[in-house]
Amino acid sequence: MTIEQFGRRLRARELTAVRVTEECLRRIEADNPRLNAFICVMADEALQQAREMDQELAAGHDRGPLHGVPISIKDLLDIRGIPTTAASRVREGHVAERDAPAIAHLRQAGAVFIGKTNLHEFAFGTTSEDSAFGPVRNPHDPTRSPGGSSGGSAASVAAGMALATIGTDTGGSIRIPAAACGVVGLKPSLGEVSVEGVVPLSGTLDHVGPLTQSVTDACLVYHALIGDAAATPPAPMPIHGLRLAVPRTYFCDLLDDEVRARFEETLERLRTAGAHIDDIEIHHATDIAPVYLHIQLADASAYHATSLATMPEKYTVPVRLRLELGRYVLAEDYVRALAGRELLKREVDAALSQHDALILPTLPIPAPTIGAITIQIGAAAEPVRNLMLRLTQLFNVTGHPAISMPCGQTEAGLPCAVQLVGRRMQTDALLRVALACEAQIAGRNLKSEV
Amino acid sequence: MTIESWLQAAIADADRRGLPELKPLLETLARTTTVLRAADFNEDASGSALSAIRSPQSAVRNPQSAVRNPRAGQH
Repeated sequence: MTIEQFGRRLRARELTAVRVTEECLRRIEADNPRLNAFICVMADEALQQAREMDQELAAGHDRGPLHGVPISIKDLLDIRGIPTTAASRVREGHVAERDAPAIAHLRQAGAVFIGKTNLHEFAFGTTSEDSAFGPVRNPHDPTRSPGGSSGGSAASVAAGMALATIGTDTGGSIRIPAAACGVVGLKPSLGEVSVEGVVPLSGTLDHVGPLTQSVTDACLVYHALIGDAAATPPAPMPIHGLRLAVPRTYFCDLLDDEVRARFEETLERLRTAGAHIDDIEIHHATDIAPVYLHIQLADASAYHATSLATMPEKYTVPVRLRLELGRYVLAEDYVRALAGRELLKREVDAALSQHDALILPTLPIPAPTIGAITIQIGAAAEPVRNLMLRLTQLFNVTGHPAISMPCGQTEAGLPCAVQLVGRRMQTDALLRVALACEAQIAGRNLKSEV
Repeated sequence: MTIESWLQAAIADADRRGLPELKPLLETLARTTTVLRAADFNEDASGSALSAIRSPQSAVRNPQSAVRNPRAGQH
């Protein structure tokens, strides 16, 4: 059930917030032992919140589209009175004193917090395998990763344990798991949603945003996150004449065959509907990973320096090693990366100057098997981590808003996804483009139709 | 500091700190740093280096030229 459908039925008195919350809790009880999506289930608090929302609505007080909606929260954001573990033993004993501003906005909007979701430790990874609470598993195939770092969040929505969830995205950590689990994931523009009260990975690359079952739902949750709880979704942009740009070089060089096929089918469907699609170049695309890595590693290591010195054994080994690696980044190289960042911003701005959005795959591969180190693409064995970040990290570096949405499946039934990127600080315009595109591709198993 | 001397010092420091597992990660970072330092957006005090960051034209080239195949999407 989408938030939109829930809202209609709630206001028609066909269901209650308590009933839907109970159903989410039932699914968590049934499926969480298999998926490990939740670190903390807030059953009592959620049912109490749901009762209050039902009573308010009965008394004529409607808080807007998120009134009574059960939402899960990545365990990186502070909810008052609840531990924020960041999926790490380093955080043992922590209890949040107050809500993060993003959580406070959701609470004000009437959201019901169903629980806190598992993640890659400190959000420093793309598979959600390295967690003090054990790996998260993909609802489409539990032998596979749900992506990360917001893997528990994506799994919770894909498995119907929550109607929506909140994740964070430093190099793709909303969009990657959204793609791997077959849901919608929105990274708003840099700075739009407060990151206060959110355990940082990189103070200059972190974003907070929703994962949902539809673009309309993403609009509703995004607006609540920025304190605009009563907003209604914008109208879709007309598909006829929509101007989209595909950055082929680099971004389409390394793609799994089935991912490529689903992407090309999506483009063809959009063309047939009337969209105008050009190929464009991001001239410094090969510098994206070096720029991202030098900023992200150094930012993360600065935040963790004290804990690395005093309690290194409390980190999972892979995360500890990557944090230690960041301590060797030289200041002069960090400055070079900042210069590259400014250039890349201008190149993406330029690519968007004549287009409504960029369009590219979100993930070059379907969800990888848990434990995989490399994936074979063509003749080359590529590291999983590099592949998973490859198509998303640029837009953390540049701050452009980006949304991932499903665009079909592989032969084995694993989701594939397409990513749309809009102009900086124009997230609503991007959502209008996404609504138009979703109407052409969403809910369709493109492969089975071919 | 050259990348080679940085890498040697970093590996030695990691060994001294009981983290020999860092060596392959440091070698990967060294390769990435090599790409970063070779990028044409880096400035040089001599003024002789290509500096894409100072030149909007060279940075984004012409937005028109960014469209590689303007007819590709026409229908």
